[in-house]
Formats: sequence, structure tokens, C-alpha cells
Amino acid sequence: MATAHSRTAARLMVSPAVILLFLWMIVPLGMTVYFSFLRYNLLTPGTSFAGLDNYYYFLTNAAFWDALVNTITLVVGVLLITVFGGIGLALLLDQPMWGQGIVRVMVIAPFFVMPTVSALVWKNMFMNPVNGMFAHIAKALGFAPYDFLAHAPLLSIIVIVAWAWLPFSTLILLTALQSLDREQQEAAEMDGASTLSRFWYLTVPHLTRSITVVILIQTIFLLSVFAEILVTTNGGPGTASTNIPYLVYAQSLLSFDVGGGSAGGIVAVILANIVAFFLMRMIGKNLDA
Amino acid sequence: MGKITLTSVRKSFGEVDVIPSLDLSIEDGEFVVFVGPSGCGKSTLLRLIAGLEDTTSGSISIDGQDATDLPPARRGLAMVFQSYALYPHMSVKKNIMFPLKMAGMDVAEAEAKVANAAKILNLTNYLDRKPGQLSGGQRQRVAIGRAIVREPKAFLFDEPLSNLDAALRVNMRQEISELHQTLKTTMIYVTHDQVEAMTMADKIVVLNAGRIEQVGSPLELYRSPANTFVAGFIGSPKMNLITGAEAAKHSATTIGIRPEHLDIVADGPWQGVVGLSEHLGSDTFLKVAVAGMEPITVRAGGELNLHHGDRISLAPQAGKLHRFGADGKTLA
Ligand SMILES: Nc1ncnc2c1ncn2[C@@H]1O[C@H](COP(=O)(O)OP(=O)(O)OP(=O)(O)O)[C@@H](O)[C@H]1O
Ligand SMILES: [Mg+2]
Repeated sequence: MATAHSRTAARLMVSPAVILLFLWMIVPLGMTVYFSFLRYNLLTPGTSFAGLDNYYYFLTNAAFWDALVNTITLVVGVLLITVFGGIGLALLLDQPMWGQGIVRVMVIAPFFVMPTVSALVWKNMFMNPVNGMFAHIAKALGFAPYDFLAHAPLLSIIVIVAWAWLPFSTLILLTALQSLDREQQEAAEMDGASTLSRFWYLTVPHLTRSITVVILIQTIFLLSVFAEILVTTNGGPGTASTNIPYLVYAQSLLSFDVGGGSAGGIVAVILANIVAFFLMRMIGKNLDA
Repeated sequence: MGKITLTSVRKSFGEVDVIPSLDLSIEDGEFVVFVGPSGCGKSTLLRLIAGLEDTTSGSISIDGQDATDLPPARRGLAMVFQSYALYPHMSVKKNIMFPLKMAGMDVAEAEAKVANAAKILNLTNYLDRKPGQLSGGQRQRVAIGRAIVREPKAFLFDEPLSNLDAALRVNMRQEISELHQTLKTTMIYVTHDQVEAMTMADKIVVLNAGRIEQVGSPLELYRSPANTFVAGFIGSPKMNLITGAEAAKHSATTIGIRPEHLDIVADGPWQGVVGLSEHLGSDTFLKVAVAGMEPITVRAGGELNLHHGDRISLAPQAGKLHRFGADGKTLA
């Protein structure tokens, strides 16, 4: 029984944690907002108030629109691959087979590889036009090797990131599949539903909640993909594989412009909130009930 | 039509023989109840008939056609599961319509059938709800509705009432019986509750460890059980089974007498001391300790005033004593 008294006590008890977390969030955010209004370059001493100049320059920079489009392409591309690939893999892993335990652990493994390491492995061992595995295969088949990171940089990064995130969605969807009621499947079988209709009318609705979770969680992380870009393409060629986080990095650390970088950071935060808002409107209702 | 015949059907899971060769014939329009203790293979047998399990050997025929290798959907049977197995994200209406939709039936025709089924089952006001918003009894009715719209050759029920409370169980039991009267379709009903079996069945099949112990109408099984297993299983409270010297007097290994066939008399053959007495209002059940015998249950009138420690004497009613041989079978 939660009386008014015990509720006050509960609030008091959790307040230290809440206050700490709040400060943890608000102090860096406040400083970033503050810097974003300053003319603050590490190469020129002193700072002065800049008003909205930093925002103006960041938003009118041609690279910003490229970065925005790249960010969205990256998020959507990886989501498509991981959701559809994840459903496929989860369905396969749910079948009874020999060595199921080992196979499952192996499928999860990419998730434990650091993004920098996995990106470097992809870059040097698979996509390298001279020594890479793909180049060897292409040559063996009589084709000219393709320089993935130079000619299709964004697609290559999408593949690398999707590879790292596929285990996550597979794992979540697999647990959802395993909680699918067996008697429901049998009832549908007796009702004359084919394997395909059973998948469509029972499995897919059962999975929607997990798919929603996968999309929400992955979007948060995919909006801030950085390491994979840094170690493979450095955002290039040109801005072909620059996303917003990478643009903020380039602005603030490569051109030592703390003010401009901060403004970019705030823009990124606002964009992330807009995305989150629309995502919740669109698919958040799947999480109810 | 709905005549189902099982010929030497055997089922094993790996090494374990769950059903060792069984023959059974179910007539069109019959209400057949499978009873038996937990784990005796009732569900397995039902699932074999439904086609959800493959037979290890033997054959199943439905209406004279061999159905042993037919997939479940092509057997024309409908099943109601213990967990109801409703589709949680579909409304009641869509749940009931699902088999018709899968059969590719015209929407208007399907809706008419659903409306009709809903009327029979008192579900008309709930058609737009999701299963999660229904009570247990209503869910049960939806599951039955989903079965009847298909107009199957036979209904299969696997312990459909075990999730309901006692009062609702009595209600639903009557509703299912009435449904059988109206539809006149073959029904196979699995339960381990022998009251359900006695009240609903045209024919009871008593199973024990995958074997059929006896097949017969409820009263046949009650009056002349074929062996000690059936004798102990059918009837509530259980028949008293007495071994030893007293049985030998009747030249049997075991004798059986039902609690309702014992009279409390001034001077009977069995003298005993009342242990537990349960007053139910309509009846009183007494546990009586008789020297040299197993504890005996007696059913007496409700107004009886006997208590722990009272001495009484008992007499079995004439002709109600059952005699069983060393193999447990009834002696002629
Ligand atoms: N898939 C299976 N694999 C192995 N053994 C099984 C399987 N299904 C059932 N069994 C075994 O078969 C036997 C009969 O099971 P079944 O489910 O038919 O019992 P039941 O009579 O329906 O019992 P209950 O009244 O508890 O539902 C049990 O001993 C069970 O352990
Ligand atoms: Mg069972």
C-alpha cells in the first residue's frame, strides 16, 4: 500500500541517484550550449560572444546536408539489414539442429568485437582492393577487384555496422520466437493455415514488439556511429561517408573550432530528439499492453 | 459424419512406448471421453487423432478413409486446447473467422457463420474484444466458436475446463453437453476428472499407461468394472478395495465395495471405529478403521451424527460386492 507518506519517503530515497544522473546529463549539456554561443577556436587565444553565428555557419555548411542525408541513409540501411536479416537468422536458429548451442554463441560473437577492430578487419582483410578477401575472390572469378571503401564508402560502412548489429537483433528476435506459444501454432495448423500464413498471421504480430525494441535501441546507437567511419574512410572521399557525429568531430577537433563543434553537437541532439519523437509516435504504440 | 477408427496404433517417443498398440472405434455422433491418471497418454492419443503427432505404427481412419498420413488441416477435425490457444492479437471475431479465412471462404458468408456461432455461444457482445480482455469462460467459448464454424467431422477437446473454477466448470460442462445435443457431431473429450467423464460421456475410455483398461457407458463402468483399476478410478469417492482374509472369504484376491453400498447397521459383519468424518450437508463421508482390513470409506446420510472414535458396524448391500482375481480382473 503506497500511502502519501511512504511515497514521499520513496522519492527522498531515490533522489540522490536521480540528482546525480541529472547533473551527469545537464552539466555537459549546459557547457556545450554555452560554448556553442562563443567564438572559441583553439588556435586563437581568448573567447568572445558569437550569438547564433556558430549555428548559422554549421547549418549553412554544404557538408551539413550531406552529413544529414548520410546519417539517415546509414540508420535506415542498417535497420533494414538487421531487422530482416535478424528475423531470417532467428528463424533458422530456432530450428532444432545439431550443435545449436555452439552455433548460437558464434552468431552472438560479432557483438563482442569492438567497432574499431571490426571495422579495421573489414577494411584490411575483406575490402582492401589488393589484399582483401573480396579482391581475391573477384580476381579468382576473373573480375577486376572493386575498391569498396573508395567507390561505395557509405554502403561499405553500412555493411560493417550492420554486421556488428545483426547479432543484437537476432538475439532479441530469437528470444521472442522462443516465447511463441506452441499450442497457438498447432491450433493454426489445424485451422488450415500454411507455414507461410502461420508466419504472417502469428509469428509476425508476435514479433512486432521485439522489432520495435530493436528499432528504437539501434536507432539511438546508429545515430552516433563514429569509430567505424574514423578508422575506414575518415568521412571521405569528400563528404561521401561523413555523418553528423563525424562532422562535429571534424569541425571541433580537425579545425580546432570548439564553438562550431558545440553548435553542431546541439544540432545533433535536437535532431536525435526529433527522430525519437517521430519514432515513438509511429511505432511506440506497439510497446503498450 | 465422424466415424473414427484406430487400428493397432502405437506411439513411442524415442525409447519410451507411450502407447503400446491400441484399437479403438468411435461411432458417428458419439460423445467419447478419455479418462485416466496424469501422464497415461490421453493427450498423446488425442494428438495422434488430430494429426499433430505421427503414429509410430498402425493406422487411423476417419469415415472409412485412411487418414494416418494426412496433415491435421486435411482431416476435417477441430480441436479445443487446454490453454485455449487463441490468437492474442486478433479480435474475437477474427479469431473465430480465422479457419474460414484460411479456407478462402467468401467474407460475407464467413461473417454470417461467425455471427451464428457467436449467437449460439453468447459472444455477440464481445466480438470486437481481444482475448486478453475476456474471462476464462469467455475465452473457452471463443475457442469452441473457432472450432464450430469449421463444421468439423469431430471435435477434440483436451481438458478444456481445467483452467476454470468449480462453478464455471459445471456450467461449461452443461453447455458443451448441450452443444453436442444440438450439433450431433462426434466429440472426443479428454479429462482426468471422472465427474466430467461420468456426466458427459456416451462412452468412456479408461486409459492406464497407454493401454485401454475398459470401454463402456458410464453406468456400465460403474456397475461392472472390468478390473481393479477401473473400479478404483470410476466413482467418487473411490471404491473400497479390500485384500487379505476378508477377500479370501469370498474366494477372491481383492473385493471391492463402493462407499454408497455400505449400510450402517446394528449388527453387521464388519466392526470398526470412525476416524475422519466429513459432513457435506447432503452426505457424510466416514473413514472407518476395521480390524484386519484397509481403511474403509462409507457414504452415509447428511444428518448423521457420528464422530471420531464412535464404534459402528457395517454391512455391504446384497449383490453390490465386486470380486477380483489375482490379475486384478473381475471374477465372473
Ligand atoms: N514430446 C514428447 N516427448 C517425449 N515424451 C513425451 C512427449 N509428450 C508426451 N510424452 C510422455 O508421454 C506420456 C503421456 O503424455 P500425455 O501428455 O499424453 O499425458 P496425459 O495423459 O495427457 O496427462 P495429463 O493428464 O497430465 O495431461 C507422458 O509420460 C509424457 O512424459
Ligand atoms: Mg494432457
